[in-house]
Amino acid sequence: CWYHLPEEKLVSNRHMAMEIKASLLLLIFLSYAIVSFSLYEDQVGLMDWHQRYIGKVKHAVFHTQKAGRKRVIVSTEENVVASPDLRHGEIFWRYVLGTKDAIDGVDIALGKYVITLSSQGSMLRAWNLPDGQMVWKTSLHSAQSSKSLLSVPINLKVDKDYPILAFGGGYLHAVSAIDGEVLWKKDFTAEGFEVQRILQPHESSIIYVLGFLHSSKAVVYQIDPRTGKVVAQKSMVVPGGFSGVILSVSSDKVVVLDSTRSILVTINFLDGDISFHKTPVSDLVEDSGNAEILSPRLSNMLAVKVNKRTIFVRVGGEGKLEVVDSLSDETAMSDSLPVTDDQVAFASVHHEGSKIHLMVKLVDDLDTVLLRESIEMDQHRGRVDKVFINNYIKTDRSNGFRALIVMEDHSLLLLQQGAIVWSREEGLASVTDVTTAELPVEKDGVSVAKVEHTLVDWLKGHMLKLKGSLLLASPEDVAAIQEMRMKSSGRSKLTRDHNGFRKLFIALTRAGKLFALYTGDGRIVWSMLLNSPSKSEACERPSGISLYQWQVPHHHAMDENPYVLVVGRCGSDSSAPGVLSFVDFYTGKEISSSDIGHSVVRVMPLPFTDSTEQRLHLIADTEGHVHLYPKTSEALRIFQRDFQNVYWYTVEGDDGIIRGHGMKSSCAGETADEYCFTTKELWTVVFPSESEKIISTLIRKPNEVVHTQAKVNTDQDLLYKYVSRNLLFVATVSPKGAGEIGSVTPEESALVVYLIDTITGRILHRLSHQGCQGPVHANWVVYHYFNLRAHKYEVTVVEIYDQSRAENKNVWKLVLGKHNLTAPISSYSRPEMFTKSQSYFFAQLVKTIAVTSTAKGITSKQLLIGTIGDQILALDKRFVNLSQAEKEEGIIPLTDSLPIIPQSYITHSLKVEGLRCIVTAPAKLESTTYVFAYGVDLFYKRLAPSKTYDSLTDDFSYALLLITIVALVAAIYITWVVLEKKELSEKWR
Amino acid sequence: MPNLTLVLFLSTLLIFSSSSSFAFQSDELLLDDEEFGLEGGSHPRSPEPVITDSPPKQTPSIRRRYSDPDLDSKIQFTLEHAFGDSDFSSAGTFSARLKTWSHGGQTLTKLRFARNEFSDEEKDAFKNLLKGDDFYRIRLPSNVVTPPGREYVIASVRARCLPRDGLDEHIAIHMDGANILAVSYGSPGACPYPRQLKLPGKWTFNSHTILKSSEQAPRTPIFTEEILGSSENMEGEAEAPVERSFWAKYWMYLIPLGLIVMNAVTQASNMAEEQPAGSQGQAPAAIQRGSAPRRR
Repeated sequence: CWYHLPEEKLVSNRHMAMEIKASLLLLIFLSYAIVSFSLYEDQVGLMDWHQRYIGKVKHAVFHTQKAGRKRVIVSTEENVVASPDLRHGEIFWRYVLGTKDAIDGVDIALGKYVITLSSQGSMLRAWNLPDGQMVWKTSLHSAQSSKSLLSVPINLKVDKDYPILAFGGGYLHAVSAIDGEVLWKKDFTAEGFEVQRILQPHESSIIYVLGFLHSSKAVVYQIDPRTGKVVAQKSMVVPGGFSGVILSVSSDKVVVLDSTRSILVTINFLDGDISFHKTPVSDLVEDSGNAEILSPRLSNMLAVKVNKRTIFVRVGGEGKLEVVDSLSDETAMSDSLPVTDDQVAFASVHHEGSKIHLMVKLVDDLDTVLLRESIEMDQHRGRVDKVFINNYIKTDRSNGFRALIVMEDHSLLLLQQGAIVWSREEGLASVTDVTTAELPVEKDGVSVAKVEHTLVDWLKGHMLKLKGSLLLASPEDVAAIQEMRMKSSGRSKLTRDHNGFRKLFIALTRAGKLFALYTGDGRIVWSMLLNSPSKSEACERPSGISLYQWQVPHHHAMDENPYVLVVGRCGSDSSAPGVLSFVDFYTGKEISSSDIGHSVVRVMPLPFTDSTEQRLHLIADTEGHVHLYPKTSEALRIFQRDFQNVYWYTVEGDDGIIRGHGMKSSCAGETADEYCFTTKELWTVVFPSESEKIISTLIRKPNEVVHTQAKVNTDQDLLYKYVSRNLLFVATVSPKGAGEIGSVTPEESALVVYLIDTITGRILHRLSHQGCQGPVHANWVVYHYFNLRAHKYEVTVVEIYDQSRAENKNVWKLVLGKHNLTAPISSYSRPEMFTKSQSYFFAQLVKTIAVTSTAKGITSKQLLIGTIGDQILALDKRFVNLSQAEKEEGIIPLTDSLPIIPQSYITHSLKVEGLRCIVTAPAKLESTTYVFAYGVDLFYKRLAPSKTYDSLTDDFSYALLLITIVALVAAIYITWVVLEKKELSEKWR
Repeated sequence: MPNLTLVLFLSTLLIFSSSSSFAFQSDELLLDDEEFGLEGGSHPRSPEPVITDSPPKQTPSIRRRYSDPDLDSKIQFTLEHAFGDSDFSSAGTFSARLKTWSHGGQTLTKLRFARNEFSDEEKDAFKNLLKGDDFYRIRLPSNVVTPPGREYVIASVRARCLPRDGLDEHIAIHMDGANILAVSYGSPGACPYPRQLKLPGKWTFNSHTILKSSEQAPRTPIFTEEILGSSENMEGEAEAPVERSFWAKYWMYLIPLGLIVMNAVTQASNMAEEQPAGSQGQAPAAIQRGSAPRRR
């Protein structure tokens, strides 16, 4: 009997052991289910997406021979040469040239090479048409900057070689199409001759090079294509000079406008003789203003834009001009295209209401319309900008036409048989600003897409997952699991979710179009063109500058939509009047827009909102006034309350002066309203112009959150972070060192960085790096530059600590409330702060630096470094932690160079071509942050810098958990029953 | 040799940590402070009659005396002030020595500052500023050799930050050779936010001036030596870590141990209590159990 108690204990111990075992098992399962930080192969595309673009198409060349018939070669304003598929719009291949390597001309040579001329005619490249491999590259000699010209003569053959003629930088080069070797070059630099056209009359072995000398003299060189020798030269002074483009209308005639833009000059150079014929535009149309020759090349005809109308002018035999047709201004035209042996056709597209009309006509006979199609077109694509036409043989052996059109919003569409075959939103290749938006709150009655279908499917799915995790899955199963994952990650409910994972990115493009991109799969939820044709005439083509969150309702989130403020400008000049446009985040509808009647230099969102949760904004103009928006009396009242505490600054980069301003009074003057205020200069920082030049300025992110103000040193010392947001980072270099890396000696160049308080203008930190050079890429506050002495790139980290609060270390003080931590901080107090900085070598070239941001700032940060290879490297902030200087366990040892771990590229195998900027935004879940990178491509990823410590991952197997729990309960029950029985039998003994 | 590397390493660490941990304070001025007893030191001085022979003028004047062979020249520049939106007028004179180095660089040393006293109108203007919580602005030429240089360097402060017993001001001038980049101006201490209206007891200035020049970035440390040293020499490394206390080393073992001990103690005491109680309670049960079958 004495043994009963121990016996029971033993059993319960055994029971406990079982429980421990089970929970251990559970733990193992759990840890198996939680994804570790590095990405597995099958997880690519789960939390990220990547979109490839090419940009606004400048030139398009159709391949007419057999194999290449289904593709088109384009060059774009984003310096991309690409080959999209004509049937589906996918990109076969593309190549992004550097930002300074603008493509001037593209053509096809030998039927298999794509030839591009770029960098103002100094770089000639040949690409293999089928796969886009570069075949050869020749850099051409260039002495001066001039316009450039690429000409690929069709049937010119010189000793088994096919020369390509390229003009640029004062030289005319003949380059072999086969291997890129320069056959000959002709120096025109001495005369200052600018080649305008290279023509090769039929059945002639002589090429004609036509150009202008000082825009008053027309010169024609006849050049032997074998040697480059000038056979004959004719020149003629044209009184009045030339302006604008020169247009060749046939193999021996060109038409150009004179400098007054009112006389058309036809230059005829038949057989080496030059003659010209002048026709005033007023003879062609009445009351003509300035004329403009449009670029489409039509045979024996030209299109001229006069008085907002397009007129077609036929060029007769002796240079006589005659008007044959006139069209409205909104018409876009293509170059002419030979249809049959003697017929030449061209396409024109014009708008009418919501439709566009495509017409293909014969050049010789404008009444013969070969094709007439009407296509419904989205209003938010704007006008048609460019048309490229291509013909094909239909199944009934007749001629068919397809047209590639470029719209005002830079999108690229293919029209065929009266329908849009495919479209590409190429505007997204030139994103200028991005902001984030929450999705609408899920409402009652809004149908929610089902995530799981039936119980059987659900069970099946989990069985598959189980199989997968136990490595029993066959390849088909793996594919099925992958598909399932993709589906569940792209749960495409457009409503707000609990974790804040689903969001919208609002992107403003260079074309002035807004796109709302859904973070789940990157699709476009809505798009809106700011300057759609229906807009007012007062500001014809506003260009967007930046986006601001105008109204983000929290109190009325259920029944009010948030608005985004788009600040635009009527024209490219900074003094041009601004335009404000308010757009609904959810629907993409423009609520209102207004011409504000003053220029926009800076837009400053204020930390105040009115009762409808509209954020107050100040807009500074070129005259030094600031204007308050919204223009309501309530906003004015709120602003007046903090009128004295509003400061702003301006950076005059060219003069090297930074000025701080404060509010002074209301504007005086007859045009001013009560929402206009004058400012006064409060401080200036004047950089000596002979030794320092501003190359980079940066402010602290306004939405940055600091969770822990204090930081513990390795000496167990408490440091307080300097938390003021009013900090400006400025980097200057010696004027000599502003050029390319390596252009100066280390002694001549120095880099100085400053941290300036933007309220008082105090310089809080000033550090000079001798022998270093820009460009400086920075983020708060890590900066990257080149060290000329060490011949390496360096990264420097600066941390600022507040000493005025350093005495708050005593626990008792904190407990008794005798601390100054809650006291308002004034910028006018003398800053008692010190900075720590540390430099590291960094092997990569950097394009941009960003830092992850989370909701509460608890999660450790990662630096996101956009490398020169257009990838994004995530570097733990721990690597650049300053406290590593002293050694301790758990801290990564200090090294002189930052490690680049290949697994930490968040773009894994992808490239964000032409990477320009990385934007980060916090999710609601503390551990998670969004990364959105844009350049020519778009890339999005949901990132968890310290792993997802606060949530289970999407593919967490709840079934497994359930099974484990059920098994545990069963086990407990069984052991209990067994125990009962045993006890009973024990009692009966 | 191993010791040498260790020393080298330690010294680089020392240099690095000392140079990077605190904001730069111009050493020249501190040196001058000891020698000449100037402003900028710890003892605030009320302004004395101007050291120069001529009273400060509206436009800054420079006096150079090429007495020294090493191209030292005396230099003067004016501090100007403005009350709110008024025009700038002279407020004091800085005098300093401009040292021209053989390599062409110039440094300003031995800065002295003589503050003019407020005139009655200025006092009134300042009182108005205090009432309106407006800005008291000062400016300096951006170049001390050819004033005003490109432009004046302006700084301002809320007037209510200055009055204490007297008027306390702290001027930090950021220099680059003969150029003044910026001037930080304010009270030497804190200026807590709801700024109270307080008239100064004395209308005299306690001026603290300081010259600041650019801090040189420490060179990126190269750690190859350290790695070499550690691989060569093991006992040298072993000496380096500071011996920590027993508690700091083994707290993670000690705390659970303590808990277990405490647990055991409480259980033991419980057991001691229970045993007599249990024996009392169990005895009849045992008897019952024992007897029950017998009864059957």
